[in-house]
Amino acid sequence: MKRTLGLAALAAMLVCGAANAQQINVKIGVLTDMASLYADDTGQGSVAAAKLAAQDFMKDHKNFKVEVISADHQNKADIGVATVNQWADVDHVNMVADVPNSGVALAIAPVVAQKNMVFVASGPASSDLTGPKCQPTTIHMTYDTWMLANGTGRAIVKNGGDTWFFLVSDYAFGHALERDTAAVVEKNGGKVLGQVAHPINTSDFSSFLLQAQQSKAKIIGLANAGGDTINAIKQGAEFGIVAGGQKFAGLLVFAPDVQALGLKTAQGLMFTETFYWDLNDQTRAWTKRWDKERNAPGKLPSMNHAGVYAGTMHYLKAVAALGSPADGKAVAAKMKAMPTDDPVFGKGSIRADGRALHPAYLFEVKKPSESKGPGDLYSLRATIPADQAFRPLKDGGCPLVSG
Amino acid sequence: MFTIFGVPSGALFGQLLIGLINGSFYALLSLGLAVIFGMLNIINFTHGAQYMLGALTAYILLQVSGLGYWPSLIIAPIVVGLIGIIIERFFLQWLYKLDHLYGLLLTFGLALIIEGVSRHYFGTAGLPYTLPDSLQGGHNLGFMFLPNYRAWVIAASLTVCLVTWFLIERTRIGAYLRAATENPTLVRAFGINVPRMITLTYGFGAALAAFAGVMAAPIYNVSPNMGSELIIVVFAVVVIGGMGSILGAIITGFALGVVEGLTKVFFPEASNTVIFVIMAIVLLVRPAGLFGRRA
Repeated sequence: MKRTLGLAALAAMLVCGAANAQQINVKIGVLTDMASLYADDTGQGSVAAAKLAAQDFMKDHKNFKVEVISADHQNKADIGVATVNQWADVDHVNMVADVPNSGVALAIAPVVAQKNMVFVASGPASSDLTGPKCQPTTIHMTYDTWMLANGTGRAIVKNGGDTWFFLVSDYAFGHALERDTAAVVEKNGGKVLGQVAHPINTSDFSSFLLQAQQSKAKIIGLANAGGDTINAIKQGAEFGIVAGGQKFAGLLVFAPDVQALGLKTAQGLMFTETFYWDLNDQTRAWTKRWDKERNAPGKLPSMNHAGVYAGTMHYLKAVAALGSPADGKAVAAKMKAMPTDDPVFGKGSIRADGRALHPAYLFEVKKPSESKGPGDLYSLRATIPADQAFRPLKDGGCPLVSG
Repeated sequence: MFTIFGVPSGALFGQLLIGLINGSFYALLSLGLAVIFGMLNIINFTHGAQYMLGALTAYILLQVSGLGYWPSLIIAPIVVGLIGIIIERFFLQWLYKLDHLYGLLLTFGLALIIEGVSRHYFGTAGLPYTLPDSLQGGHNLGFMFLPNYRAWVIAASLTVCLVTWFLIERTRIGAYLRAATENPTLVRAFGINVPRMITLTYGFGAALAAFAGVMAAPIYNVSPNMGSELIIVVFAVVVIGGMGSILGAIITGFALGVVEGLTKVFFPEASNTVIFVIMAIVLLVRPAGLFGRRA
């Protein structure tokens, strides 16, 4: 009798103890562009991806309560920083995700570190985030300018596109992408004939296109993104750029951009991405679930959306392993220590400088005649293995690893 | 080929021409704004949204009923003009007696609503709209490749601008209209239906914006943001030209297009600020604008 009572008491203690110790609340803030040139590549789709990851995780971890909130940074660094401060001090957010626009991302990264949260940078491109400006709490998912430059630049130079002219989006991202691509072009024996910087969110590119045309470069490299890339390619077709023998290299192109351009205008465009919805069974199944959560028929997920999902999932796994989201630095360190595995990027890892490593893919946009349906956009040209897709650790200049 | 400040003359002529093309859009849009401000005293911030609605209507007509560019060029302005008339009847007509600020706030709010709703349904990445077959291709002018469509933009815009100017400044209807804005009570005494004339004027201004929108659809991105990106520049154009001056709006529209084009050659990074720099200087030197009359 005594023994039974003792056992019962022990069992009761264990149950209560477990319930108390493991009730973990996590708050995730998706900081994104809701209404401007990057909104279709990130925006609501990123919020949907974060929510999907939270739901998936909570299915297997009943003791977790994950809440997803979001805000629009309007592509302004000051608004981004103010939001992150408020999230840290008032809303007690543990992790900031997405943040398209490298300018905003570079501004908030140190704030996130100072507040001891985690920054899952799935939206910004600048390779400086894991280079000179790296932070112990920044995890750079999805892609970066070095990877885009290396994947696309090398393939094009090897195919004979050895003279380049750049159209550069005039802020941190555009200049980083231009710098990284020019380095790859020159390293592979190509030549950069010139460049012109245009303001972000430009509606008329004709002037810049004319300068590119007069440069007589074989390749016009678009170091811009979203609405800017779409406008440049669309107007380039009108000015007979492709008909005149020059070619566009879209250095950062997302599936929603190709949809907006239409296959007729975009066909033949080559670029590097880390995710495409029709890549394999896993990505197709994930896209179906994302689509249901997003609830906007006809929209395709971009690699940024995939990055938000993968990053959030991995973050939550690290929190579960530690048992608490409170110490951002510890969670980030745990994320780097654990291998990544998700349906969108497959198996991978995260390096000491915060760079997530997984394969990248060189895609070419299909001709309208090759496409089987509205979502059938790309054919796969090459797979770049994870160890070659990203900048070697020693070249980044991240103080976290060199020191 | 000779060079000017280190830039080959060919490149310069090309940029001048492109400046004129962009100026065509500025002129068309600022014309509508000037007409509405001159006649109704309303600072119409919905103008950008109406321009966007024109392009969007053209896109919807193509998708739903298969109607191409040319029918859209007529139908879209009529549709948007009717929407404008509804806005005027239901909202704006109550504000004429109040300060300008109320009209500005109302139209700004309406623009935000229209753009927000369109963004919800159409996203921001933009929608493809192809060039009409009859205007595909282009000509090599020696110094640049001029797409046929851009040439058509200049011609159509100039024609519309001049016809509008003629209508308002040189015809009997225009004279009534101008008289009605100066002294509505007196004009009413002559048996002219002033409120209806004002309503139609607003509808016409909105239709002008929609016309520019359809013209823009094949070359710019048809997206809910296209209006808000342009409207600020267009307002600067109207301020430089002189609020309410029709000829001023047309000339300044084209001229600033050219200035902006040249900036893109010599100092591309400043190309989206140069117009505002000019605006600041004009406001300092001639507060009423280049062609405006001092109130």
